[in-house]
Amino acid sequence: MAGTPSYQELLPHLFRLEYSKMTAVLCRLFGLKHIETAEDIVSETFLKATEVWSARGIPENPTAWLYTVAKNKTKDYLRHVSIFETQVKQALNDDETAQEPDIEFTSQTIADSQLAMIFAVCNPANSTESQICLALQILCGFSVEEIADAFLSKNETIKKRLLRARANLRADNFQVGQLQEATIKERLDTVLRTLYLLFNEGYFSKSGNHLIRKELCSEAMRLTLVLTENPLTNTTQANALLALMCFQSSRLDARAGNEGETILYEQQDKNLWSKELIQQGNYYLVNACTGDEASKYHLEAGIAYWHTTPDAGSKWNHILQLYNQLILIEYSPMTALNRTFAFAKVYGYPSGIKEAEKLGLHHNSHYHSLLGYLYTSTDAGKAAGHYQEAIRLTKSAAEKKTLMREIERLGR
Amino acid sequence: MREFMLIFRNSTNSHDNPTPEQLQDRMNWLAGIAAQNKLADKGNRLSASLAKTVKPGNVVTDGPYTEIKEFISGYMIVKADSIEEAIEFARANPVLKAGGNVEVRAILKPEEKS
Repeated sequence: MAGTPSYQELLPHLFRLEYSKMTAVLCRLFGLKHIETAEDIVSETFLKATEVWSARGIPENPTAWLYTVAKNKTKDYLRHVSIFETQVKQALNDDETAQEPDIEFTSQTIADSQLAMIFAVCNPANSTESQICLALQILCGFSVEEIADAFLSKNETIKKRLLRARANLRADNFQVGQLQEATIKERLDTVLRTLYLLFNEGYFSKSGNHLIRKELCSEAMRLTLVLTENPLTNTTQANALLALMCFQSSRLDARAGNEGETILYEQQDKNLWSKELIQQGNYYLVNACTGDEASKYHLEAGIAYWHTTPDAGSKWNHILQLYNQLILIEYSPMTALNRTFAFAKVYGYPSGIKEAEKLGLHHNSHYHSLLGYLYTSTDAGKAAGHYQEAIRLTKSAAEKKTLMREIERLGR
Repeated sequence: MREFMLIFRNSTNSHDNPTPEQLQDRMNWLAGIAAQNKLADKGNRLSASLAKTVKPGNVVTDGPYTEIKEFISGYMIVKADSIEEAIEFARANPVLKAGGNVEVRAILKPEEKS
């Protein structure tokens, strides 16, 4: 049996993959109020897998094994626990003769349940940060420790945040059972925004843990993919967001240095860019452009697209124009700085410096690293000063390393 | 920080066939203000042809330009610490290159009278 993974290797992988799916399906059955029950059953299922598989080896189809056990546990639970008699049974079916509800872990029910759970978790009653934490825990099967690592927070902080968010989730009258068109319309913006931020949390994470960052990005993509696979949520904006994620992800490996530092775009080995993800990005970008809509996801996907192409002369002008539109839709310091970088690429670094200094974002590390970059060829002293200020301001270890390297490159 | 309206005046219609460079200049200028988070309202462009002036005595005249040679081609609202800063924004507007001008007016707060 060489090459076959042991159960210790297989279980964590299956856990990450299947935990959230099974919880979603059971939650759709029980309702959000009883999400803990759903989670308990799934946890017990994995506990049983640990016991049985260690003694008897891995079954032929481990996923099907998990589904069967979860299904039986759910049936047992429904038969024996009084909550079924008092609350759930009525919610499930008014017809008293109906004995057993359908619990099927088919790809269709899994997809439907996951979509419904995405909308349940992206509850505007919770702050965006809490929504992201909840999404990581409930939709992606992350542990509290992993979430804390991703956010550079303490476990206790994350636990408290999750506790409050879960209380709101249970109190919400959201019907996971039937996801209705009106609900989708009402929450889709929030859903897209949360997935966008979840991705960014991975892509621009303060955490130096490259594996966690990659996983955040791929989870955000997986959930956005769920949106594009259902006709009700397969909007041009969802496609634009997925295109953006594909383009950005294509550079994930090229971006990470050996010591956890971020390798800047211009210094990346382009051979490490994933051609497959770029192609997928192109596919979703074409889908996104079937209407007249130019949302911020469209603009950002457009910018990310141009970053995957070689410069034939007009590249930075295209990028600048997209940033011009983006900053008019929504101001953010990061957009302002990126726009200024593109401006400098088009009109020259001296003009870029003038444009940058107007921004006056003196407490922003990226403001100083931009100025450091723009001064590099003309005034190494000023460049070093700005880089040092950036190092002083940033909390990210990865960014500090990158900036130290830039100062070394100044040759001072 | 208070709001100032910038009112653009032209003697020719600036919306008629601007060159791509002119368009980009305008866009760069507008986005440059937005990048400083000083854009309160990107305002609107105003039509030069679909325009009438209504006067007392049931008089409606064509266009805005029977009595003035310059007409308003658009407006927008910026946020600025002082009128000097608002003037700096206006000074960089490409309309000046095309012979137009920009009027800078503070937007009154409820308690202000002039």
